[in-house]
Amino acid sequence: MADVDAATSRRHRLTLRSHGSDTFPDTTATTITIVGALDQDDLGRLGAVLVDPLLEVGSWDAPVGAGQLDIGLIPGVTDTAAAQVVHAADLLGVAITHASVGRLIDLDAAPDDAEIRGRWANAVIERWSLGATVEPGFAADSIVEAHTERIELPDDDVALAQLGTARGLALDLAELHVIRQHFAAIGRLPTDAELETLAQTWSEHCAHKSFRADVVLEASVGAEGNEGGDTAEPLLARLRRSTTEIAAPFVVSAFDGNAGIVRFGPDRTYALKCETHNHPSAIEPFGGANTGVGGVIRDIIGAHHRAIACTNILCFGPADTPDAELPKGVLSPRRIIDGVVAGVADYGNKIGLPTVAGGVLYDPAYVSNPLVFAGCIGVAPADRPALTGPHPGDRVVVFGGRTGRDGIRGATFSSMEMDATTGDVAGASVQIGDPIVEKLVSDLLLDGWDLYTAITDCGAGGLSSAIGELADGIGADVELTEVPLKYAGLAPWEIWLSEAQERMVVAVAPSQLDALIDLAALHGVEISDLGSFTGDRRLVVRFEGEPVIDLDTTFLHDGRPRRRLVATMPTPERGLAAVPPCADPDATLLALLAHPNIASKADIVRRYDHEILGATVIRPLTGVRNDAPADGVVLVDPRDTDGIAIGIGVNPWYGLHDPEHMAWAVVDEAIRNVVVTGADPSAIALMDNFSWGNPTRATTFGELVAAVDGCVAAAHAYGAPFVSGKDSLNNEYLTADGTRRAIPPTLVITAVAPVRDVALTVTPDLKRPGNPVVLLGRTLAEFGGSHLMMLSGDHTVSAAVPAPDAGASARYHALHTAIRNGWVDAAHDCSEGGLAVALAEMCIGGRIGMAIDGLADVHPDATVALFSESSGRIVCEVAMESLDEFLALFAADGAATVIGHVADSPVLCFAEVFERHVDDLVAAFNTSGAKGRS
Amino acid sequence: MSKPLALVVRAPGTNRDGDAAFALELAGAEARRVLINEVFADPKLLREARMLVIPGGFSFADALGAGRLFALEIVTRLRDELTTFVEAGKPVIGICNGFQVLVRTGLLPGDGLTVALGGNRIDGKPDGQFICDWVRLQPVSQKCIWTTTLTADVECPIAHGEGRFVCDPDTMATLVADDQIAFRYATPNPNGSMADVAGICDSTGLVLGLMPHPEDHVLPRQHPQYLRHHRGGLGRAMLEAGVNHAKDI
Repeated sequence: MADVDAATSRRHRLTLRSHGSDTFPDTTATTITIVGALDQDDLGRLGAVLVDPLLEVGSWDAPVGAGQLDIGLIPGVTDTAAAQVVHAADLLGVAITHASVGRLIDLDAAPDDAEIRGRWANAVIERWSLGATVEPGFAADSIVEAHTERIELPDDDVALAQLGTARGLALDLAELHVIRQHFAAIGRLPTDAELETLAQTWSEHCAHKSFRADVVLEASVGAEGNEGGDTAEPLLARLRRSTTEIAAPFVVSAFDGNAGIVRFGPDRTYALKCETHNHPSAIEPFGGANTGVGGVIRDIIGAHHRAIACTNILCFGPADTPDAELPKGVLSPRRIIDGVVAGVADYGNKIGLPTVAGGVLYDPAYVSNPLVFAGCIGVAPADRPALTGPHPGDRVVVFGGRTGRDGIRGATFSSMEMDATTGDVAGASVQIGDPIVEKLVSDLLLDGWDLYTAITDCGAGGLSSAIGELADGIGADVELTEVPLKYAGLAPWEIWLSEAQERMVVAVAPSQLDALIDLAALHGVEISDLGSFTGDRRLVVRFEGEPVIDLDTTFLHDGRPRRRLVATMPTPERGLAAVPPCADPDATLLALLAHPNIASKADIVRRYDHEILGATVIRPLTGVRNDAPADGVVLVDPRDTDGIAIGIGVNPWYGLHDPEHMAWAVVDEAIRNVVVTGADPSAIALMDNFSWGNPTRATTFGELVAAVDGCVAAAHAYGAPFVSGKDSLNNEYLTADGTRRAIPPTLVITAVAPVRDVALTVTPDLKRPGNPVVLLGRTLAEFGGSHLMMLSGDHTVSAAVPAPDAGASARYHALHTAIRNGWVDAAHDCSEGGLAVALAEMCIGGRIGMAIDGLADVHPDATVALFSESSGRIVCEVAMESLDEFLALFAADGAATVIGHVADSPVLCFAEVFERHVDDLVAAFNTSGAKGRS
Repeated sequence: MSKPLALVVRAPGTNRDGDAAFALELAGAEARRVLINEVFADPKLLREARMLVIPGGFSFADALGAGRLFALEIVTRLRDELTTFVEAGKPVIGICNGFQVLVRTGLLPGDGLTVALGGNRIDGKPDGQFICDWVRLQPVSQKCIWTTTLTADVECPIAHGEGRFVCDPDTMATLVADDQIAFRYATPNPNGSMADVAGICDSTGLVLGLMPHPEDHVLPRQHPQYLRHHRGGLGRAMLEAGVNHAKDI
């Protein structure tokens, strides 16, 4: 720190402003501050590299004007650009000691502090100065002396609970009791590092306490002789058991390790994982989403697979939410949307993975708790080297990014509810990712994947959870001073807990260590040998040789008391076949197409590279103009003829009414999305992601239990096992006036299935005039949580949500046969907005119309036929020569209805109801500012 | 005749090296992916190669403007080797980030001329916003060894945030007069490039830089309208032209 201050006179700052266009004058400049004994020649040479005169103007040491807001990063926040400035100076032979990159914004009027925070800067990672130069965020060494404390655990429960709160442990009293007893029994006090390790390992985020809790059904509580109530199987155990019972031959590994693993075909396996990164994205949208993507990619690397694609589902508050309606401490949805999309795009695009499948949902309930689901899929040859370790004697090796004070206590933070102070106090929990480093790490691990015996990533809990997990049942002894640091002065527990990004831990046989070190040097990846796996089942962590942690791994991993959570089961109104009023179906269709949840997402999708790796053969956007929505995406490596389809299902609005049927419906939707592409319905693997409210509230937990009921029932019905899952609970926000804002039950299901032949895949866009159009599945008045209900003003009005359709599985198998025979020219699922929206989207894709004259055969009530969202339905454009054979496949199902044919003209015509030109459909669909190519 | 060796050079952040290598192999080359550090350590690698490829990605995170650091590395440590390479008549191609790198090294357009690739500038969108879409490219130059034999437009994806071709009017006039415009966008200009320029070559016609990704359209099924029976427009044809040229050196 001292040398930086002394060097103020040797500071130079380059302000870099790009030539704006006439319509968009550039109001944000980049600032680069450097420190060094530099002469004019040095500055000139550096400037020549940093400034491209055709694009920008650079000026050295320009003062900050009165109307300018100068913004810099807080010290310790990852500053990749600054690292490159140092690199550039080094290549030029210009000696600089520090660099920092910031931005300078020209403002029309002086904003107040709230406006700066709300619009221009983010206090979580940035600091600023209005009209004066901000202190650059040089990563400086701290002069705090590293030390370890011993923590007294009070006998008094109130004081014990207070200690837990004060340290942000997020443990309940029963858990604190067990910890107190444990240390009393071994006759010493825990260290701060031990307490923090237990808190991280036992956090909701890492231990999934609610999913592992005994389920106590409220109805059984208090009955005579049964005061505690009946306990049912924990939710995670039920999901696992359903996978075991389904016994699908393609499941290699389910709910174990970093990702689920399935084997499609003889020669390769796929690793599947989907994560949530909700809390970080709420307070620092770019960094939260960015590191969410980085984290899930590391899960795939940690499962010993090569990542091939990313997925994401994003849930936001409506973009037009007025600032005045935002609870204190909550960022505007517009800022969250911009930041999250930029964060997702930045990581995927830079690491070089196609971001292919996804969805964007808008609802006022997500204003204070936006949701970010990030998924990743990897592939590996089936004969890749097996991971058999760690073995006693193997080295504990960490590599990748350096460790800093960033991301401390992320696991416990994400396990708590948020309020207005969250953004301020949790700053250190959020980080900025560095996808380039992760790419180097990934390349290194793939090049050297026979050099290690076990691998895992540093995610939540950092080294404590990575090494802690690897050492489970074997033990390890590591030295923290061997961990490469970004800056000196971290306390031992901070090194151990830091969630600094882009780090992996591997177990390496001593005989292979030199080879791995050499390979790391070639790839330019920093690598450190921290110690060894021991075999004594103790986790020993040292600092300068002295143990700061000495824990029994059995206590660490199995010592946590099992929770009991009471569930009050929801009572959905399943008999309520209410039909919302719909006076003008024509206007309704246009309004649905323009609804933010249904309208084109091209503006977002096109910011993601979905072409890299050359494998994306069915893209998220499809049709003659590449602007119509696809259902599932299909990836086929250019070297192969077969690959996989990925489909996603999500519908929180059904969840408000009937979580069990919601779960079934979204499993069905995810499965339909892959089946319509031509994927094999007999080999579908599923992933679950639950984002829920506080599970200690019995009604909320009851909704979760009901959703798991639906998942398990659907998995059995379709023979599609769950192989991986993740839950994010406590997605609630306590506003200043004490109002609790919870999200609707949000379950994201991802389905992955093999595609055996890329030539026999299908997209939703209409292909050939004259082809018959067939609706598969039955249509009932099921408007609960529907988008028609939403248009009518209130989607919380009780009504039956789409019910499970027992015939759906057989129907999908029959459809698969038809696709394999080449009889299907287009296929599209019916989901939000019902049949009318599905047909409109098919017309948009083909830029051609349809003549629909069989609406009455779908349902006698045209509103139901057009807009009900019944599950299990698929619209098919059937090759006209093959209609009879096609229909014969569905004779047993009795739910194939010929509803019309592809027209010669670009008009979607519902006989005797209304007709619309396809151009109008396109215009409505693109209203959200998203335009296709002309 | 043996396959010509194409050296696909990657820096930290390069990410389309695999796509380029696969496409070059299909086009008849032996593609070898090497880290830039390996080339610095052993410049002989360049002497053995008959084609140099700088693929797409975000070299050094593009933190100070696309391609700047990678170009500085090359200029600082490999300038003479590279000049010798081109003087020997060996083709060079920079795709996307590789184009940005070649421009910043001065190798493109060469002869002391300067051009730049700035942030995308599309109506209604913030400057520099990344865009992924498909484009059609019209081959223009009759001098560029990569385009002279092309008989049809090339269709392929773009995926970049900094692809807006910029130069002063005199430079543009020189490039046009000297037949150094290799490709123009035949579909609507996706990034605000001057005169719809998608790629340029140097005055020898050996060194090509372009923003779009012909390496990602080497199989018919990679085209978005494959299921609508679209065929043709393969980027492979352009790569084959380069490989065929390299064979004859």
